Amino acid sequence: MLDAILNFEILRNTFYTGLIVGLLAPLLGTFIVVRRLSLIADGLSHVTLAGISFGLFMQKKYTLLALTPFHTGIIFSIIGAIVIENLRGVYKAFQEIAIPITLSIGVGLSVVFIAMADGINTDIYAYLFGSVAAVSRSDLYLVLFTAVFVIVVITFLYKELFALSFDEEFATVSGIRAKIIHYLFIIMTALVIAASIRIVGVLLVSALMTLPVATAMRIAKSFKQTIVYSIIFGEVAVIIGLITGYYLEIPPGGTIVITSAILLGLTLLIKKWYLAYIYKG
Amino acid sequence: MANLITVNGVTHRYDKHKVLEDVSFTIEKGSFVGLVGPNGSGKTTIIKLILGLEKLQKGSIEAFGKPIEKFHNKGHVSFVSQKANSFSRGFPATAKEVVSMGLTSKVSLLRPTTKKYEYLIFEALDRVNMMEYANHNIGDLSGGQQQRIFIARAIVNNPSLLILDEPTVGVDTENVEQFYQLLSQLNEELGITLILVSHDIGTITTHVTDLLCLNKSVHYHGNPSDFEHMTDEQRSKIYGHDMHTITHDH
Repeated sequence: MLDAILNFEILRNTFYTGLIVGLLAPLLGTFIVVRRLSLIADGLSHVTLAGISFGLFMQKKYTLLALTPFHTGIIFSIIGAIVIENLRGVYKAFQEIAIPITLSIGVGLSVVFIAMADGINTDIYAYLFGSVAAVSRSDLYLVLFTAVFVIVVITFLYKELFALSFDEEFATVSGIRAKIIHYLFIIMTALVIAASIRIVGVLLVSALMTLPVATAMRIAKSFKQTIVYSIIFGEVAVIIGLITGYYLEIPPGGTIVITSAILLGLTLLIKKWYLAYIYKG
Repeated sequence: MANLITVNGVTHRYDKHKVLEDVSFTIEKGSFVGLVGPNGSGKTTIIKLILGLEKLQKGSIEAFGKPIEKFHNKGHVSFVSQKANSFSRGFPATAKEVVSMGLTSKVSLLRPTTKKYEYLIFEALDRVNMMEYANHNIGDLSGGQQQRIFIARAIVNNPSLLILDEPTVGVDTENVEQFYQLLSQLNEELGITLILVSHDIGTITTHVTDLLCLNKSVHYHGNPSDFEHMTDEQRSKIYGHDMHTITHDH
C-alpha cells in the first residue's frame, strides 16, 4: 500500500484524513463517553447522511457543483448539533430523547432525498461504509481545518470541558459559561463526525468515537491518560483498518471497527489475566 | 465590608408551590453559619439563589456588595454539593485532576505556569490530608475521602466564601466528626466564611458560630448556644412543627 500511497493522490488523501480522524474522533469521544452521550455520534451521523443525500440529490438534479455532498453533510451535521443541544434544554428530565428524535429525522430525510435522487448508488454506499478512495484534496483541506479548530479549542478550554463533563453544577458555580461551551463542543463533534464519515462511513462513525475510549478506560489511571490511550488505539485501528481494507477490497469502515473491537477484546482479556496474576501473587 | 451576603425579602415559588417566603438574613465575614431546616424547607433553594443557579423572583440578594444579577464569580464563592457523592463512579480521573477543576476560573488566555498550579493543588490536598491519594482514581476512594477531595477542589482557588450543601450525606458517622473539624480549621485558620446546609441540627451546633433555622421563612438566626439552651417547645415554635434534635454521643 505504501507504493500506492506514494503514487496515488486520492489514497494519500485518504490516509492523511484517516490519521487526522484517528486522532480527533477518540479525542472528542473521551469527553462524549464520560458525559454519557455516546449515542450523540449516531444521532449526528444520521443527520449528516441526510445532508449528504441532499447534496447528492442537488448534484444530480441541478448539477449544483459549488457545494459537494461532503459540504452539505457538514452543514446538516452542524444544524443537527444545534437542534440536539436545544432539545436537551427543552426536555431537561429526558435529555437522551433528543438523540432518537434527531436520528429518526435524519434517517427520514435521507430516505426521501435518496429516493428523489433515484435510489442508492455507489456514492451513497461509500458514505455508508467508508471508502479508501473517496477523499479529494479539497476534502482533505477541510478536514485539516477541522483538526486545527478542534485542537485549538480543546487546548484552550481543556479545563472547562473537563470540569463540565465531571460536574456541571460545580463548573457553573465556578463561573464557567456552560452554555457557550456546550454549543462549541457539540459543533466540534458535528465537524469531526462529518470528517470521519469519509473514512468509516455513517453507520460506523460512532464506533470510532467510543470503542477506543472504552478500551482506554480499562487501563488508564487518569483522564489525560484516557485521552492519550484512546488516540493511540484510534490511530492503530485506522492504520491497520485502512491497509487491510485496501488489500482485501473491503470498505475501511468495517475493517477499522473490527480492529477496534479486537483491540478492546484483547485489552479486556489482558487486564483480566493481569488482575488474576496480581491477586495470586 | 462586614457582610459577604445580604438576603432581603426573598420569596420563591416553584410553579404554585411557595418554597421561600420573605427570607432576610446576612452572612458576616469570617462566620461559620449552620443553615438548618427540615426537608423541603427551602435550604437548597436559597443556596441556589445565592450561587446564581436559580433566578431570583422576588426580593434581593447582594454578594460581596453587588446585586446577585451583576455578580460574576471569579473564585470568591465556592461550593461543595450534595450531589458530589453521586458523580459517575467510573469517571476516569485522579484525585489530583478533580482538584484541578477548582482552578478553572483562574484560567484565561494568560495561564500561570503548570508548576504554580501543581503547587496550589498539592497545598489543597495537604490541607484535607489527602496528599497520599493524589494519583488514586476518584471512584476508588471511600465516600468520606471523596468528600475531602471535593473540599480540596472547592478551596484550591482560595475562596472567601464556601457553601456546603449537606456534605455529610454518604459519609459514615465516624468520619463526620473529623469532617466538621476540618471545616472549623478552614474557618479559623484560613478565614474562609462557611455556610453549611444540614438537616442534622444536633452535631453542627457544636461547630458553627451562627445558626440559621429556615422553614420557608427564617425562624431563628443567632448564637447556637442560645438555641441549645431553649426548651424543646420553644425550639419547635421557632423551627417548625416537625423538629427533632439529633444528639450524638461520642
